[in-house]
Amino acid sequence: MIELLSSPLMQRALIAAVLVGAAGPVIGTFLVQRRLALLGDGIGHIALTGVAAGWLVGAVVGLTPPDALALPGAMVVAVLGAVGIEWVRAKGRITGDVAMAILFYGGIAGGVLIIKIAGGTSANLMSYLFGSIATVSTNDVVWTAVLAGVVLAVGLGLRGALFAVSHDEEFARASGLPVGFLTSILAALAALTVTVAMRVVGLLLVSALMIVPVATAQVVARSFTRTMALASAIGAGVSVVGLVITYWYDLPPGAVIVVLAIVLYGVTTVVQHRRRRPDPTIDPHPDLADDVRVVQET
Amino acid sequence: MSARAGTVLSTRGVHVELGGRQILMDVDLTVHPGEVVALLGANGSGKSTLVRAALGVVPVSRGEVHLFDSPLSAAPWHRVGYVPQRVPAVSGVPTTACEVVRAGLLSGRRLRPGTKAQALAALDAMGMAHLARRPVQEMSGGQQQRVLIARALVREPDLLVLDEPTTGIDLGTIETFVATIDRMRRAGTAVVVVLHETEAFAALLDRAVVLRHGRVVHDGPPPPARAEHAGPQHEHTHPHPEPAEPEGPLTLDIVGGDA
Repeated sequence: MIELLSSPLMQRALIAAVLVGAAGPVIGTFLVQRRLALLGDGIGHIALTGVAAGWLVGAVVGLTPPDALALPGAMVVAVLGAVGIEWVRAKGRITGDVAMAILFYGGIAGGVLIIKIAGGTSANLMSYLFGSIATVSTNDVVWTAVLAGVVLAVGLGLRGALFAVSHDEEFARASGLPVGFLTSILAALAALTVTVAMRVVGLLLVSALMIVPVATAQVVARSFTRTMALASAIGAGVSVVGLVITYWYDLPPGAVIVVLAIVLYGVTTVVQHRRRRPDPTIDPHPDLADDVRVVQET
Repeated sequence: MSARAGTVLSTRGVHVELGGRQILMDVDLTVHPGEVVALLGANGSGKSTLVRAALGVVPVSRGEVHLFDSPLSAAPWHRVGYVPQRVPAVSGVPTTACEVVRAGLLSGRRLRPGTKAQALAALDAMGMAHLARRPVQEMSGGQQQRVLIARALVREPDLLVLDEPTTGIDLGTIETFVATIDRMRRAGTAVVVVLHETEAFAALLDRAVVLRHGRVVHDGPPPPARAEHAGPQHEHTHPHPEPAEPEGPLTLDIVGGDA
Protein backbone atom coordinates (compact mmCIF):
# COMPACT_ATOMS: atom_id res chain seq x y z
CA MET A 1 0.00 0.00 0.00
CA ILE A 2 2.90 2.35 0.82
CA GLU A 3 4.35 1.51 -2.56
CA LEU A 4 1.02 2.45 -4.14
CA LEU A 5 0.83 5.79 -2.34
CA SER A 6 4.45 6.65 -3.04
CA SER A 7 3.95 6.38 -6.77
CA PRO A 8 3.58 9.91 -8.25
CA LEU A 9 1.34 8.52 -10.97
CA MET A 10 -1.02 6.94 -8.42
CA GLN A 11 -0.96 10.06 -6.28
CA ARG A 12 -2.15 12.12 -9.24
CA ALA A 13 -4.66 9.48 -10.30
CA LEU A 14 -6.10 9.17 -6.78
CA ILE A 15 -6.52 12.93 -6.42
CA ALA A 16 -8.30 13.05 -9.79
CA ALA A 17 -10.47 10.04 -8.88
CA VAL A 18 -11.59 11.49 -5.53
CA LEU A 19 -12.45 14.84 -7.09
CA VAL A 20 -14.31 13.32 -10.02
CA GLY A 21 -16.06 10.72 -7.85
CA ALA A 22 -17.25 13.35 -5.38
CA ALA A 23 -18.31 16.04 -7.88
CA GLY A 24 -20.12 13.81 -10.42
CA PRO A 25 -22.98 12.62 -8.17
CA VAL A 26 -23.65 16.16 -6.87
CA ILE A 27 -24.71 17.20 -10.37
CA GLY A 28 -26.14 13.74 -11.03
CA THR A 29 -28.60 14.19 -8.14
CA PHE A 30 -30.11 17.24 -9.82
CA LEU A 31 -30.25 15.42 -13.17
CA VAL A 32 -32.05 12.42 -11.64
CA GLN A 33 -34.49 14.82 -9.97
CA ARG A 34 -35.17 16.43 -13.37
CA ARG A 35 -35.51 12.98 -14.98
CA LEU A 36 -32.57 13.77 -17.24
CA ALA A 37 -30.35 10.94 -16.08
CA LEU A 38 -29.04 10.36 -19.61
CA LEU A 39 -28.05 13.99 -20.19
CA GLY A 40 -24.49 13.23 -19.06
CA ASP A 41 -24.31 10.52 -21.73
CA GLY A 42 -25.40 12.95 -24.42
CA ILE A 43 -22.89 15.53 -23.25
CA GLY A 44 -20.19 12.84 -23.16
CA HIS A 45 -20.82 12.08 -26.81
CA ILE A 46 -20.72 15.72 -27.89
CA ALA A 47 -17.56 16.26 -25.82
CA LEU A 48 -15.92 13.79 -28.21
CA THR A 49 -16.45 16.34 -30.97
CA GLY A 50 -14.75 18.87 -28.69
CA VAL A 51 -11.79 16.53 -28.14
CA ALA A 52 -11.41 16.14 -31.91
CA ALA A 53 -11.83 19.88 -32.47
CA GLY A 54 -9.11 20.60 -29.89
CA TRP A 55 -6.94 18.01 -31.61
CA LEU A 56 -7.54 19.70 -34.98
CA VAL A 57 -6.59 23.12 -33.62
CA GLY A 58 -3.52 21.63 -31.96
CA ALA A 59 -2.49 19.99 -35.23
CA VAL A 60 -3.03 23.18 -37.22
CA VAL A 61 -1.03 25.28 -34.76
CA GLY A 62 1.63 22.58 -34.54
CA LEU A 63 1.41 21.81 -30.83
CA THR A 64 3.16 18.79 -29.31
CA PRO A 65 1.45 16.55 -28.42
CA PRO A 66 -1.33 17.33 -30.92
CA ASP A 67 -4.05 16.60 -28.33
CA ALA A 68 -2.80 19.31 -25.96
CA LEU A 69 -6.02 21.23 -26.53
CA ALA A 70 -8.30 18.20 -26.27
CA LEU A 71 -9.47 19.00 -22.72
CA PRO A 72 -10.19 22.71 -23.36
CA GLY A 73 -11.85 21.75 -26.64
CA ALA A 74 -14.05 19.19 -24.91
CA MET A 75 -14.96 21.68 -22.20
CA VAL A 76 -15.99 24.46 -24.60
CA VAL A 77 -17.96 22.22 -26.95
CA ALA A 78 -19.62 20.29 -24.10
CA VAL A 79 -20.75 23.48 -22.33
CA LEU A 80 -22.02 25.04 -25.57
CA GLY A 81 -23.79 21.82 -26.56
CA ALA A 82 -25.38 21.30 -23.13
CA VAL A 83 -26.59 24.88 -22.77
CA GLY A 84 -27.79 24.90 -26.38
CA ILE A 85 -29.77 21.70 -25.96
CA GLU A 86 -31.29 23.02 -22.72
CA TRP A 87 -32.32 26.19 -24.55
CA VAL A 88 -33.93 24.24 -27.38
CA ARG A 89 -35.68 21.95 -24.88
CA ALA A 90 -36.98 24.91 -22.85
CA LYS A 91 -38.37 26.54 -25.98
CA GLY A 92 -40.38 23.39 -26.54
CA ARG A 93 -39.01 22.90 -30.04
CA ILE A 94 -38.11 19.28 -29.28
CA THR A 95 -38.57 16.94 -26.33
CA GLY A 96 -35.76 16.07 -23.95
CA ASP A 97 -35.24 12.53 -25.28
CA VAL A 98 -35.06 13.69 -28.90
CA ALA A 99 -32.59 16.40 -27.89
CA MET A 100 -30.38 13.80 -26.23
CA ALA A 101 -30.61 11.47 -29.23
CA ILE A 102 -29.32 14.29 -31.43
CA LEU A 103 -26.45 14.82 -28.96
CA PHE A 104 -25.60 11.10 -29.07
CA TYR A 105 -25.48 10.77 -32.84
CA GLY A 106 -24.10 14.19 -33.69
CA GLY A 107 -21.37 13.98 -31.05
CA ILE A 108 -19.92 10.66 -32.20
CA ALA A 109 -20.21 11.49 -35.91
CA GLY A 110 -18.63 14.91 -35.41
CA GLY A 111 -15.77 13.47 -33.37
CA VAL A 112 -14.89 10.77 -35.88
CA LEU A 113 -15.15 13.20 -38.79
CA ILE A 114 -13.02 15.96 -37.26
CA ILE A 115 -10.32 13.59 -35.96
CA LYS A 116 -9.96 12.28 -39.51
CA ILE A 117 -9.61 15.83 -40.86
CA ALA A 118 -6.98 16.51 -38.13
CA GLY A 119 -4.90 13.66 -39.51
CA GLY A 120 -5.66 11.21 -36.73
CA THR A 121 -7.70 8.03 -36.60
CA SER A 122 -10.68 6.89 -34.59
CA ALA A 123 -8.23 4.85 -32.49
CA ASN A 124 -6.84 8.14 -31.16
CA LEU A 125 -10.22 8.78 -29.55
CA MET A 126 -10.23 5.49 -27.64
CA SER A 127 -8.41 6.83 -24.58
CA TYR A 128 -11.05 9.55 -24.30
CA LEU A 129 -13.94 7.16 -24.83
CA PHE A 130 -12.84 4.73 -22.12
CA GLY A 131 -10.51 6.82 -19.95
CA SER A 132 -6.78 6.79 -19.55
CA ILE A 133 -5.98 7.61 -15.98
CA ALA A 134 -2.50 6.11 -16.36
CA THR A 135 -1.57 9.10 -18.50
CA VAL A 136 -2.85 11.76 -16.09
CA SER A 137 -0.26 14.50 -15.84
CA THR A 138 0.25 17.11 -13.14
CA ASN A 139 -1.31 19.61 -15.50
CA ASP A 140 -4.39 17.35 -15.84
CA VAL A 141 -4.72 17.13 -12.07
CA VAL A 142 -4.63 20.92 -11.78
CA TRP A 143 -7.34 21.20 -14.47
CA THR A 144 -9.39 18.52 -12.75
CA ALA A 145 -9.06 20.19 -9.35
CA VAL A 146 -10.08 23.60 -10.69
CA LEU A 147 -13.08 22.28 -12.65
CA ALA A 148 -14.23 19.97 -9.85
CA GLY A 149 -13.89 22.90 -7.44
CA VAL A 150 -16.09 25.05 -9.69
CA VAL A 151 -18.68 22.26 -10.04
CA LEU A 152 -18.81 21.67 -6.28
CA ALA A 153 -18.83 25.36 -5.34
CA VAL A 154 -21.59 26.34 -7.77
CA GLY A 155 -23.58 23.11 -7.40
CA LEU A 156 -23.60 23.28 -3.61
CA GLY A 157 -23.78 27.08 -3.41
CA LEU A 158 -26.91 27.19 -5.57
CA ARG A 159 -28.27 23.95 -4.15
CA GLY A 160 -31.54 25.46 -2.92
CA ALA A 161 -32.38 27.17 -6.20
CA LEU A 162 -31.25 24.25 -8.35
CA PHE A 163 -33.35 21.93 -6.18
CA ALA A 164 -36.42 24.17 -6.63
CA VAL A 165 -36.03 24.20 -10.41
CA SER A 166 -35.31 20.47 -10.59
CA HIS A 167 -38.19 19.52 -8.31
CA ASP A 168 -40.96 21.69 -9.78
CA GLU A 169 -40.12 23.95 -12.70
CA GLU A 170 -43.65 25.38 -12.87
CA PHE A 171 -43.59 26.50 -9.24
CA ALA A 172 -40.10 27.94 -9.75
CA ARG A 173 -41.38 30.04 -12.66
CA ALA A 174 -44.38 31.21 -10.64
CA SER A 175 -41.95 32.25 -7.90
CA GLY A 176 -40.09 34.51 -10.31
CA LEU A 177 -36.93 32.41 -10.16
CA PRO A 178 -34.62 32.81 -13.18
CA VAL A 179 -35.47 29.32 -14.41
CA GLY A 180 -33.74 29.61 -17.79
CA PHE A 181 -30.55 30.87 -16.16
CA LEU A 182 -30.58 28.16 -13.48
CA THR A 183 -31.23 25.30 -15.90
CA SER A 184 -28.45 26.62 -18.13
CA ILE A 185 -26.13 26.71 -15.11
CA LEU A 186 -27.06 23.11 -14.35
CA ALA A 187 -26.42 22.06 -17.96
CA ALA A 188 -23.05 23.84 -17.92
CA LEU A 189 -22.13 22.16 -14.62
CA ALA A 190 -23.04 18.78 -16.11
CA ALA A 191 -20.81 19.56 -19.10
CA LEU A 192 -17.93 20.56 -16.83
CA THR A 193 -18.39 17.36 -14.82
CA VAL A 194 -18.22 15.29 -17.99
CA THR A 195 -15.04 17.07 -19.01
CA VAL A 196 -13.51 16.57 -15.57
CA ALA A 197 -14.36 12.86 -15.51
CA MET A 198 -13.24 12.26 -19.09
CA ARG A 199 -9.70 11.17 -18.19
CA VAL A 200 -10.79 8.98 -15.29
CA VAL A 201 -13.67 6.89 -16.60
CA GLY A 202 -13.94 7.96 -20.24
CA LEU A 203 -16.69 9.78 -22.08
CA LEU A 204 -18.79 6.66 -22.63
CA LEU A 205 -18.88 5.79 -18.92
CA VAL A 206 -18.88 9.27 -17.40
CA SER A 207 -22.63 9.38 -16.97
CA ALA A 208 -22.50 6.18 -14.90
CA LEU A 209 -20.30 7.89 -12.32
CA MET A 210 -22.83 10.75 -12.15
CA ILE A 211 -25.96 8.63 -11.92
CA VAL A 212 -25.27 5.15 -10.43
CA PRO A 213 -24.08 6.48 -7.02
CA VAL A 214 -27.29 8.56 -6.87
CA ALA A 215 -29.36 5.47 -7.68
CA THR A 216 -27.59 3.63 -4.83
CA ALA A 217 -27.96 6.49 -2.36
CA GLN A 218 -31.67 6.95 -3.00
CA VAL A 219 -32.28 3.32 -2.05
CA VAL A 220 -31.27 4.06 1.55
CA ALA A 221 -31.51 7.85 2.02
CA ARG A 222 -34.80 9.55 2.88
CA SER A 223 -34.06 13.14 1.90
CA PHE A 224 -32.62 15.03 -1.05
CA THR A 225 -29.73 16.41 1.01
CA ARG A 226 -28.70 13.03 2.36
CA THR A 227 -29.04 11.41 -1.05
CA MET A 228 -26.66 13.96 -2.51
CA ALA A 229 -24.13 13.64 0.34
CA LEU A 230 -24.22 9.84 0.31
CA ALA A 231 -23.99 9.67 -3.48
CA SER A 232 -20.95 11.94 -3.42
CA ALA A 233 -19.28 9.73 -0.81
CA ILE A 234 -20.12 6.58 -2.79
CA GLY A 235 -18.77 8.15 -5.99
CA ALA A 236 -15.47 9.06 -4.34
CA GLY A 237 -15.29 5.65 -2.62
CA VAL A 238 -15.81 3.48 -5.71
CA SER A 239 -13.42 5.67 -7.72
CA VAL A 240 -10.62 5.19 -5.19
CA VAL A 241 -11.27 1.48 -4.67
CA GLY A 242 -11.55 0.89 -8.42
CA LEU A 243 -8.30 2.69 -9.02
CA VAL A 244 -6.49 0.73 -6.30
CA ILE A 245 -7.74 -2.54 -7.83
CA THR A 246 -6.28 -1.54 -11.19
CA TYR A 247 -2.94 -0.88 -9.50
CA TRP A 248 -2.70 -4.58 -8.62
CA TYR A 249 -4.52 -6.02 -11.61
CA ASP A 250 -4.15 -4.96 -15.22
CA LEU A 251 -7.70 -3.80 -15.79
CA PRO A 252 -9.20 -0.64 -17.33
CA PRO A 253 -9.89 1.78 -14.43
CA GLY A 254 -13.03 3.37 -15.87
CA ALA A 255 -14.77 0.06 -16.41
CA VAL A 256 -13.73 -1.26 -12.97
CA ILE A 257 -15.04 1.88 -11.23
CA VAL A 258 -18.40 1.70 -13.02
CA VAL A 259 -18.80 -2.06 -12.45
CA LEU A 260 -18.02 -1.52 -8.75
CA ALA A 261 -20.66 1.21 -8.56
CA ILE A 262 -23.25 -1.04 -10.22
CA VAL A 263 -22.40 -4.00 -7.97
CA LEU A 264 -22.79 -1.75 -4.94
CA TYR A 265 -26.17 -0.62 -6.26
CA GLY A 266 -27.30 -4.22 -6.70
CA VAL A 267 -26.14 -5.29 -3.23
CA THR A 268 -27.69 -2.22 -1.59
CA THR A 269 -31.01 -2.79 -3.33
CA VAL A 270 -31.18 -6.46 -2.29
CA VAL A 271 -30.18 -5.75 1.32
CA GLN A 272 -32.61 -2.85 1.64
CA HIS A 273 -35.41 -4.90 0.10
CA ARG A 274 -34.84 -7.66 2.67
CA ARG A 275 -34.70 -5.15 5.53
CA ARG A 276 -37.98 -3.51 4.55
CA ARG A 277 -39.84 -6.76 4.02
CA PRO A 278 -42.49 -6.88 6.77
CA ASP A 279 -42.08 -9.62 9.38
CA PRO A 280 -45.28 -11.71 9.24
CA THR A 281 -44.91 -12.59 12.93
CA ILE A 282 -45.19 -8.92 13.99
CA ASP A 283 -48.66 -7.49 14.56
CA PRO A 284 -48.82 -4.26 12.46
CA HIS A 285 -51.63 -2.88 14.66
CA PRO A 286 -50.89 -4.00 18.24
CA ASP A 287 -53.39 -1.47 19.69
CA LEU A 288 -56.34 -2.93 17.80
CA ALA A 289 -58.22 -6.06 18.74
CA ASP A 290 -57.80 -8.86 16.24
CA ASP A 291 -60.90 -9.39 14.16
CA VAL A 292 -59.55 -12.40 12.34
CA ARG A 293 -58.37 -15.51 14.09
CA VAL A 294 -55.88 -17.63 12.24
CA VAL A 295 -56.16 -21.29 13.06
CA GLN A 296 -53.27 -23.41 11.96
CA GLU A 297 -54.35 -26.68 10.44
CA THR A 298 -52.66 -29.76 11.79
CA MET B 1 -48.62 40.35 5.03
CA SER B 2 -49.38 44.04 4.51
CA ALA B 3 -51.74 44.55 1.64
CA ARG B 4 -51.24 47.72 -0.33
CA ALA B 5 -53.72 49.84 -2.19
CA GLY B 6 -54.31 49.29 -5.88
CA THR B 7 -54.71 46.02 -7.69
CA VAL B 8 -53.07 42.79 -6.65
CA LEU B 9 -53.51 41.14 -10.03
CA SER B 10 -54.55 42.70 -13.28
CA THR B 11 -54.79 41.25 -16.78
CA ARG B 12 -55.81 43.39 -19.75
CA GLY B 13 -56.76 41.90 -23.09
CA VAL B 14 -54.70 38.77 -22.46
CA HIS B 15 -54.38 36.25 -25.29
CA VAL B 16 -52.55 32.95 -24.85
CA GLU B 17 -51.69 30.65 -27.73
CA LEU B 18 -50.26 27.21 -27.04
CA GLY B 19 -49.28 24.74 -29.73
CA GLY B 20 -50.92 26.88 -32.40
CA ARG B 21 -54.24 26.88 -30.54
CA GLN B 22 -55.88 29.93 -28.95
CA ILE B 23 -56.45 29.06 -25.28
CA LEU B 24 -57.33 32.51 -23.93
CA MET B 25 -58.86 35.41 -25.82
CA ASP B 26 -59.08 39.01 -24.64
CA VAL B 27 -59.26 38.15 -20.94
CA ASP B 28 -59.60 40.98 -18.43
CA LEU B 29 -59.28 40.16 -14.75
CA THR B 30 -58.74 42.45 -11.78
CA VAL B 31 -58.23 41.28 -8.21
CA HIS B 32 -58.06 43.65 -5.24
CA PRO B 33 -56.48 43.15 -1.80
CA GLY B 34 -58.45 40.88 0.48
CA GLU B 35 -60.71 39.69 -2.34
CA VAL B 36 -61.45 36.00 -2.88
CA VAL B 37 -62.16 35.27 -6.54
CA ALA B 38 -63.20 31.90 -7.93
CA LEU B 39 -62.34 30.95 -11.50
CA LEU B 40 -64.99 28.61 -12.82
CA GLY B 41 -65.65 26.87 -16.09
CA ALA B 42 -65.80 23.50 -17.77
CA ASN B 43 -62.73 21.38 -18.46
CA GLY B 44 -60.61 23.03 -21.14
CA SER B 45 -62.20 26.46 -20.67
CA GLY B 46 -58.83 28.06 -19.86
CA LYS B 47 -59.00 28.48 -16.07
CA SER B 48 -55.60 26.95 -15.32
CA THR B 49 -54.01 28.64 -18.33
CA LEU B 50 -55.26 32.00 -17.03
CA VAL B 51 -53.57 31.61 -13.63
CA ARG B 52 -50.42 30.23 -15.27
CA ALA B 53 -50.31 33.20 -17.65
CA ALA B 54 -50.91 35.59 -14.76
CA LEU B 55 -47.87 34.13 -12.97
CA GLY B 56 -45.59 34.02 -15.99
CA VAL B 57 -45.58 30.22 -16.28
CA VAL B 58 -46.91 30.36 -19.86
CA PRO B 59 -46.18 33.23 -22.24
CA VAL B 60 -48.82 35.79 -23.09
CA SER B 61 -49.07 36.32 -26.86
CA ARG B 62 -50.98 39.61 -26.51
CA GLY B 63 -52.14 41.81 -23.66
CA GLU B 64 -50.72 42.88 -20.31
CA VAL B 65 -50.31 41.25 -16.91
CA HIS B 66 -49.47 43.20 -13.77
CA LEU B 67 -48.83 41.89 -10.26
CA PHE B 68 -49.07 44.52 -7.53
CA ASP B 69 -49.12 47.20 -10.24
CA SER B 70 -45.79 45.98 -11.65
CA PRO B 71 -45.16 44.13 -14.92
CA LEU B 72 -44.10 40.51 -14.48
CA SER B 73 -40.48 41.40 -15.23
CA ALA B 74 -40.40 43.54 -12.08
CA ALA B 75 -43.06 41.82 -9.97
CA PRO B 76 -42.53 41.42 -6.21
CA TRP B 77 -42.57 37.62 -6.40
CA HIS B 78 -42.07 37.13 -2.67
CA ARG B 79 -45.65 38.40 -2.22
CA VAL B 80 -47.13 35.65 -4.45
CA GLY B 81 -47.95 32.09 -3.39
CA TYR B 82 -48.98 29.43 -5.90
CA VAL B 83 -50.38 25.93 -5.58
CA PRO B 84 -50.28 24.24 -9.00
CA GLN B 85 -52.98 21.86 -10.15
CA ARG B 86 -50.85 18.80 -10.65
CA VAL B 87 -48.92 16.99 -7.96
CA PRO B 88 -45.27 16.98 -8.99
CA ALA B 89 -44.07 15.79 -5.59
CA VAL B 90 -43.12 12.34 -6.83
CA SER B 91 -39.64 12.40 -8.28
CA GLY B 92 -36.76 9.99 -8.41
CA VAL B 93 -34.80 11.41 -5.49
CA PRO B 94 -36.30 11.04 -2.00
CA THR B 95 -37.42 14.49 -0.87
CA THR B 96 -38.86 15.31 2.53
CA ALA B 97 -41.92 17.48 3.03
CA CYS B 98 -39.70 19.94 4.89
CA GLU B 99 -37.35 20.25 1.90
CA VAL B 100 -40.27 20.87 -0.47
CA VAL B 101 -41.75 23.57 1.78
CA ARG B 102 -38.41 25.29 2.39
CA ALA B 103 -38.08 25.70 -1.38
CA GLY B 104 -41.28 27.76 -1.21
CA LEU B 105 -39.38 30.70 0.22
CA LEU B 106 -37.20 31.09 -2.86
CA SER B 107 -38.40 33.92 -5.05
CA GLY B 108 -37.08 36.31 -7.67
CA ARG B 109 -33.48 36.91 -6.77
CA ARG B 110 -33.74 35.32 -3.36
CA LEU B 111 -31.93 32.04 -3.99
CA ARG B 112 -31.65 30.78 -0.43
CA PRO B 113 -34.36 28.45 0.90
CA GLY B 114 -36.26 29.17 4.10
CA THR B 115 -35.43 27.81 7.54
CA LYS B 116 -36.72 24.56 8.99
CA ALA B 117 -38.73 26.52 11.59
CA GLN B 118 -40.58 28.42 8.85
CA ALA B 119 -41.29 25.20 6.97
CA LEU B 120 -42.53 23.45 10.11
CA ALA B 121 -44.91 26.33 10.89
CA ALA B 122 -46.41 26.14 7.39
CA LEU B 123 -46.70 22.36 7.57
CA ASP B 124 -48.33 22.69 10.98
CA ALA B 125 -50.99 24.95 9.47
CA MET B 126 -51.89 22.05 7.17
CA GLY B 127 -51.71 19.47 9.97
CA MET B 128 -48.57 17.96 8.47
CA ALA B 129 -45.83 18.95 10.93
CA HIS B 130 -45.50 15.38 12.19
CA LEU B 131 -44.69 14.22 8.65
CA ALA B 132 -42.06 16.91 7.97
CA ARG B 133 -39.21 14.40 7.65
CA ARG B 134 -41.12 11.85 5.63
CA PRO B 135 -40.31 11.60 1.89
CA VAL B 136 -43.20 12.93 -0.19
CA GLN B 137 -42.83 9.82 -2.36
CA GLU B 138 -44.23 7.82 0.56
CA MET B 139 -47.27 10.07 1.00
CA SER B 140 -50.79 9.76 -0.36
CA GLY B 141 -51.98 12.13 -3.10
CA GLY B 142 -53.92 14.18 -0.56
CA GLN B 143 -50.91 14.50 1.76
CA GLN B 144 -48.73 15.56 -1.16
CA GLN B 145 -51.27 18.22 -2.07
CA ARG B 146 -51.19 19.52 1.52
CA VAL B 147 -47.41 19.78 1.31
CA LEU B 148 -47.75 21.88 -1.84
CA ILE B 149 -50.29 24.14 -0.10
CA ALA B 150 -47.88 24.52 2.82
CA ARG B 151 -45.16 25.45 0.32
CA ALA B 152 -47.36 28.34 -0.86
CA LEU B 153 -48.40 29.37 2.66
CA VAL B 154 -44.81 29.54 3.94
CA ARG B 155 -44.33 32.71 1.90
CA GLU B 156 -47.12 34.46 3.81
CA PRO B 157 -48.26 35.81 0.45
CA ASP B 158 -50.36 38.89 -0.31
CA LEU B 159 -51.71 37.03 -3.35
CA LEU B 160 -52.45 33.33 -3.11
CA VAL B 161 -53.24 31.50 -6.35
CA LEU B 162 -54.71 28.03 -6.00
CA ASP B 163 -55.44 25.71 -8.90
CA GLU B 164 -58.00 23.14 -7.74
CA PRO B 165 -56.36 22.93 -4.31
CA THR B 166 -58.79 20.54 -2.68
CA THR B 167 -58.42 17.70 -5.19
CA GLY B 168 -57.80 14.48 -3.28
CA ILE B 169 -58.00 16.10 0.16
CA ASP B 170 -60.32 14.76 2.86
CA LEU B 171 -63.18 16.85 4.21
CA GLY B 172 -61.59 17.61 7.58
CA THR B 173 -58.43 18.96 5.98
CA ILE B 174 -60.48 21.03 3.55
CA GLU B 175 -62.23 22.68 6.50
CA THR B 176 -58.87 23.44 8.15
CA PHE B 177 -57.55 24.78 4.87
CA VAL B 178 -60.58 27.00 4.26
CA ALA B 179 -60.25 28.37 7.82
CA THR B 180 -56.60 29.21 7.07
CA ILE B 181 -57.61 30.96 3.84
CA ASP B 182 -60.27 32.89 5.76
CA ARG B 183 -57.65 34.11 8.27
CA MET B 184 -55.38 35.20 5.43
CA ARG B 185 -58.23 36.95 3.66
CA ARG B 186 -59.07 38.91 6.81
CA ALA B 187 -55.42 39.95 7.01
CA GLY B 188 -55.63 41.38 3.49
CA THR B 189 -54.42 38.48 1.33
CA ALA B 190 -56.13 38.25 -2.03
CA VAL B 191 -57.01 34.75 -3.18
CA VAL B 192 -57.62 33.48 -6.71
CA VAL B 193 -58.86 29.92 -6.70
CA VAL B 194 -59.66 27.66 -9.63
CA LEU B 195 -62.60 25.47 -8.69
CA HIS B 196 -64.90 22.91 -10.20
CA GLU B 197 -67.40 23.15 -7.40
CA THR B 198 -67.70 26.07 -5.03
CA GLU B 199 -69.25 24.47 -1.98
CA ALA B 200 -66.18 24.32 0.26
CA PHE B 201 -65.26 27.95 -0.47
CA ALA B 202 -68.81 29.32 -0.76
CA ALA B 203 -68.67 31.38 2.44
CA LEU B 204 -65.43 33.09 1.40
CA LEU B 205 -66.08 33.93 -2.23
CA ASP B 206 -66.53 37.59 -3.13
CA ARG B 207 -66.70 37.08 -6.86
CA ALA B 208 -66.72 34.42 -9.54
CA VAL B 209 -65.18 34.73 -12.97
CA VAL B 210 -66.53 32.19 -15.41
CA LEU B 211 -64.58 31.18 -18.50
CA ARG B 212 -65.98 29.50 -21.55
CA HIS B 213 -63.86 28.53 -24.56
CA GLY B 214 -61.11 30.91 -23.40
CA ARG B 215 -63.32 33.96 -22.87
CA VAL B 216 -64.77 35.51 -19.74
CA VAL B 217 -68.54 35.05 -19.86
CA HIS B 218 -69.35 36.13 -16.31
CA ASP B 219 -67.61 38.33 -13.74
CA GLY B 220 -69.80 38.95 -10.73
CA PRO B 221 -71.51 37.29 -7.79
CA PRO B 222 -70.62 33.64 -7.28
CA PRO B 223 -73.20 31.08 -8.30
CA PRO B 224 -75.08 29.14 -5.66
CA ALA B 225 -73.16 26.09 -4.53
CA ARG B 226 -75.61 23.54 -5.76
CA ALA B 227 -75.22 20.14 -7.25
CA GLU B 228 -75.82 21.48 -10.75
CA HIS B 229 -72.48 23.31 -10.51
CA ALA B 230 -70.54 20.35 -9.32
CA GLY B 231 -69.92 18.54 -12.60
CA PRO B 232 -66.63 19.16 -14.38
CA GLN B 233 -68.44 19.81 -17.69
CA HIS B 234 -70.76 22.42 -16.21
CA GLU B 235 -70.51 25.63 -18.23
CA HIS B 236 -71.36 28.01 -15.36
CA THR B 237 -73.02 30.51 -17.67
CA HIS B 238 -75.20 32.80 -15.63
CA PRO B 239 -77.76 33.64 -14.50
CA HIS B 240 -79.13 30.19 -13.89
CA PRO B 241 -82.82 29.72 -13.46
CA GLU B 242 -83.54 28.48 -9.99
CA PRO B 243 -84.53 24.82 -10.17
CA ALA B 244 -88.27 24.34 -9.90
CA GLU B 245 -89.51 22.96 -6.62
CA PRO B 246 -91.06 19.53 -7.14
CA GLU B 247 -94.80 19.54 -6.97
CA GLY B 248 -96.48 17.13 -4.61
CA PRO B 249 -94.81 14.51 -2.47
CA LEU B 250 -91.46 13.09 -3.53
CA THR B 251 -91.64 9.64 -5.05
CA LEU B 252 -88.90 7.06 -5.15
CA ASP B 253 -88.64 4.83 -8.19
CA ILE B 254 -87.17 1.44 -7.51
CA VAL B 255 -85.25 0.33 -10.56
CA GLY B 256 -84.41 -3.28 -11.13
CA GLY B 257 -86.45 -4.63 -8.25
CA ASP B 258 -88.66 -7.69 -8.48
CA ALA B 259 -92.21 -6.88 -9.44
